[in-house]
Amino acid sequence: MTNNPYIPFPSKIISVVPQTAIDWTFRLESGITPVPGQFMELSIPGIGEAPVSISDFGPGWMDMTIRKVGRLTNAMFELKPGDILYMRGPYGNGFSIEHFQGQNLLIVAGGTGLAPVKSVISHFCRHRGQILDFDLILGFKTPSDILFHGEIEAWREFAGVILTVDRGGNDWHGCTGVVTRYIDDFKFHPGLTGAIVVGPPLMMKFSVLSLLQRGIPEDRIVVSFERKMSCGIGKCGHCKIDNTYICLEGPVFAYPQAKQLLD
Amino acid sequence: MGKEYTIAEFNRILDGLAHKYRLIGPVRREGQGAFSDTDAVGYGEFASAEQLILHEKSCFSPKEFIFPIRETLFRFNGARTEVPEDDNRDMILFLRPCDINGIKRLDAIFINNGGETDFYYQRLRKKVRFFMIECREGFDSCFCVSMNSSRTEDYSCALRFSDDTVSAEVCGREFADAFSGGAEVPFTPEFVQENRVRVNVPPPEKINYPALFEHPLWKEYTSRCIACGRCNTSCVTCSCFTMQDVQYDRNRMLAERRRVWAGCHINGFTDMAGGHSFRSKNGDRMRFKTMHKINDFYRRFGFHMCVGCGRCDDVCPEYISFAGCINKLDQIVREMSNDK
Repeated sequence: MTNNPYIPFPSKIISVVPQTAIDWTFRLESGITPVPGQFMELSIPGIGEAPVSISDFGPGWMDMTIRKVGRLTNAMFELKPGDILYMRGPYGNGFSIEHFQGQNLLIVAGGTGLAPVKSVISHFCRHRGQILDFDLILGFKTPSDILFHGEIEAWREFAGVILTVDRGGNDWHGCTGVVTRYIDDFKFHPGLTGAIVVGPPLMMKFSVLSLLQRGIPEDRIVVSFERKMSCGIGKCGHCKIDNTYICLEGPVFAYPQAKQLLD
Repeated sequence: MGKEYTIAEFNRILDGLAHKYRLIGPVRREGQGAFSDTDAVGYGEFASAEQLILHEKSCFSPKEFIFPIRETLFRFNGARTEVPEDDNRDMILFLRPCDINGIKRLDAIFINNGGETDFYYQRLRKKVRFFMIECREGFDSCFCVSMNSSRTEDYSCALRFSDDTVSAEVCGREFADAFSGGAEVPFTPEFVQENRVRVNVPPPEKINYPALFEHPLWKEYTSRCIACGRCNTSCVTCSCFTMQDVQYDRNRMLAERRRVWAGCHINGFTDMAGGHSFRSKNGDRMRFKTMHKINDFYRRFGFHMCVGCGRCDDVCPEYISFAGCINKLDQIVREMSNDK
């Protein structure tokens, strides 16, 4: 009989690291070597299954940064190291690392959009020589929404980092305002720069428009889509946009293709 | 060349086949119609020719026997996952050419799309044999000829039902013995030549997506469609589903994962964690479905998804005509092409 792609495998939780009050990073035992930007179907028996992007990975482990927003994630937040989650995957195409090599790279991420792109950042921090200038513009709603505090500070050694929040409050002494403001002021060589944009739909839309205005060619801009894939293998129909299945051909798209995907 | 049987003789053949196969055809479901004291015609197991409903169109397709409305994928039993056994018997579907062509659309998604074969669909699909019910006239809302799906050669047996007799053309060896009796008659099945409803599908290469996306055509459906999803559930080619978990005992990890039919017209289809969703207007859902059925699927597989069975038109409580929508779209695409 054919392989059954819906059967998940159990995976032990190695650690749980709170990033914010509602975003926790679950490190799971895993023998999988995914491509950065791919996703898994994660589940708890009897509760449900949902697609979750892989935020980082290494030998024997995989990180998923999860926001507590629904039935499955509420249940996940009750789990502790040593408990079992189920997963299947990885699914989707992921980011093509080679695509960015030898040029400047600018990554613009908003909120939890930082999670799927975090392993790309980790990769280029480890292999800093593969690209020229390396810059990150990271936006969050408020200081208490900032993910990966420690990592962001560590990235400053390898990349120019602009960390901005929409609303700062009195204790915040960093940048404020939406990410597009910092794209508009950013100094770069448009012809030599590739960009990755990941975040909420509106943030992605306006960030890409800003990048285009600054002269970055369309085919050097890469975005990642979010949809609720029920199957991950092109059957369930939930992620389909025109004749494109986000779970198969995406979630990562070059902008010339992404701009055709109207929903 | 074919064979001819009396109804009684044909029923004896069915009796013989029933030892090995589940016989599934269009039958009356008493009291299950849309209104009180009305019946629905749907696909179900039957034993004799008299039970088959041949002069009314079924409002549900036979797809639920290959792609069940609710299907347990596996059970969690502690640390183990167990895939339930399915009904081991092969099944014979008695269906019309449009539905045979419809099942080819399901095959495209479940077997071919994305390179991964759907275990559960494949498992049931392999058990299916087609006995084609000859369809020469169609029904009021059919537009199978326009959708190029009024004909098929993919059947083990073709059947013509008359008042007193059944004519059969048997293909291949599997059913040769079952139909060995009977008088030889010249019989080859005929197909619908012309429907009362005709549609012109706009050529995919002429579809200007961004312009059509914003077209006021869809606004009409926002005010008419009530997102009940009957068009999705009655459609032989709608293949979408959602995972659903059922828990028996949290501590002992006893649970099961099912999949259930889902539909692009139904609220919640695009909901994501955190409350974001797409196509909140019902007209946008009509656009999505229409483009899938007569454009997107074609661009992926080379044939249209819609087979023109017209069931969506039959069951819509708002009397929305999908055939009418396709024709309106064609008109708009023509006007847009001329404008250029």
